[in-house]
Amino acid sequence: MRDTRGHTRKPGLRLWLSGGWITVLVLAALLAPWISPHDPLAQDLFAGRMPPFWQAGADPNYLLGTDSLGRDVLSRILHGARLALTVALIAGVLTCLIGATLGLIAGYYGGWADLVISRLVDIWMAFPPVLFAILLIAVLGTGMTSIIIAIVVIDWTRFARVIRAEAMSQSKMDYVASAQVVGRSRLGTALTEILPNVLPTIVALLTLEMGIAVIVEAILSFVNLSISTDAPTWGGMIAEGRTSVHQAWWVLVFPLVALFLTVLSFSQLGEGLKDHFDPVLR
Amino acid sequence: MSDVIYDVKDLRLSFPDMSRKPILGPAPRIEILKGLTFQIPKGEVLGIVGGSGSGKSTLGRALIRLIEPDSGQIDFEGTDITHMGEDDLRPLRRRFQMIFQDPLSSLNPRRRVGGIIAGPLRLQGLEGIDARVNEALDMVGLPRSFASRYPHELSGGQRQRVGIARAIALRPDFILADEIVSGLDVSSQAQVLNLLEELVRELGLTLAFISHDLSVIRRLCSRILVLYQGEIVENAATADLFAAPTAPYTQELLSAIPLPDPDQVWV
Repeated sequence: MRDTRGHTRKPGLRLWLSGGWITVLVLAALLAPWISPHDPLAQDLFAGRMPPFWQAGADPNYLLGTDSLGRDVLSRILHGARLALTVALIAGVLTCLIGATLGLIAGYYGGWADLVISRLVDIWMAFPPVLFAILLIAVLGTGMTSIIIAIVVIDWTRFARVIRAEAMSQSKMDYVASAQVVGRSRLGTALTEILPNVLPTIVALLTLEMGIAVIVEAILSFVNLSISTDAPTWGGMIAEGRTSVHQAWWVLVFPLVALFLTVLSFSQLGEGLKDHFDPVLR
Repeated sequence: MSDVIYDVKDLRLSFPDMSRKPILGPAPRIEILKGLTFQIPKGEVLGIVGGSGSGKSTLGRALIRLIEPDSGQIDFEGTDITHMGEDDLRPLRRRFQMIFQDPLSSLNPRRRVGGIIAGPLRLQGLEGIDARVNEALDMVGLPRSFASRYPHELSGGQRQRVGIARAIALRPDFILADEIVSGLDVSSQAQVLNLLEELVRELGLTLAFISHDLSVIRRLCSRILVLYQGEIVENAATADLFAAPTAPYTQELLSAIPLPDPDQVWV
């Protein structure tokens, strides 16, 4: 993960494409109530299962068609982006803060702190994550806060492990010893010497985590453990679309494409940013 | 007393040997330094020489208290620093500095050269930091414009000059140079050694120069400490040591120097 020297150094396409899609998504989420052609919850049973605009029998009012209850797919995707992005942002940042802090402590301070944190991570990772999430939601009750808590509780280990290893290898570098030679405190060294050097990894992981959060939210929606069932979520739409995939494939495919592009963009954005901010690679 | 900067008595240091650690219980310890006693007078350039594993780097790191000795005593200008805590050491740290072997590792890759030199100054609460950074760059013969460069943009010799600039910017009394030219090509080596020689004279520094290369030490140092397996086998003025080495290990070292002219008289 560290040695990306061999990569071509075009800051261009990857960053632009992934950043572009995320920007479009953020705008869609922010402006959803104004740009949606329809109310995402409004049902029109006479206009059920309308195909997308390029197919025969389409209604130009419903660009991406309608589901079995006659709800506009495009509007539901736009509103679904709100939940997806909110969860991605909050859960991603919280996971990152908790996991990276513990990883930095374990990797840099070592000794007892490392022993305790590493064992905790080992134990944590022995739980099957999806089951753990479902269990947590069952206990906490459904709702956006529960989803976020579930993601943070399950996924902090990802950060802790990677950042611990990274901080450990950085601690062996002589610039850490040289900070001690001039009398920088342990905490000061961790924050001003080591943290900047693990930051690119943290950023890459953070965006990856945002993608994962979107998927977890979709999975929980898929098994009906997200927010209320008729609220527009991508996972919920995929679950509904699955039942009628032979009659109305578009109900399944469009939210799936949105989900796929979003997760892909997040991970590519992370890698792109990492390369872009690394002075050695620039 | 006042003309001795370091007074080391019976210094002992050991590390746990994790490769032979039993499943339960503490690891056995390997003795690295086995009771060293010596003094470094002010203004001297002391060469510390020895093969790999002889404990010369460990000794250096103990002198500037990057590691804590097991027993014995290290006095720095009359102050016992053997077991001093990090908080008490902080004000003293300005006075003994270190130049590291590998500048690519000892210079934080995310900081610009200016920041690398300014960091210690800021930490020690000095005034006029920009002027001091510029002055340090001038002294090591780097253009001031280098302050805005990253370490990886410099050549090996230039990086090592930055390492030297960082150490001298604090105006320390003592500098430890740990194998600082072993990673450089011969012409950069010569330049860095010339620079160091000049700085020692100008700033009145006391220098401990660790190396495995006797010909480098010979050129720079006024006195030589030969370490062999954690013990001092010889401690003599450079001229005496080259003229009449007493310890068998020193003789071995001397005969291992490749000579431009094999018929040199001092072999």
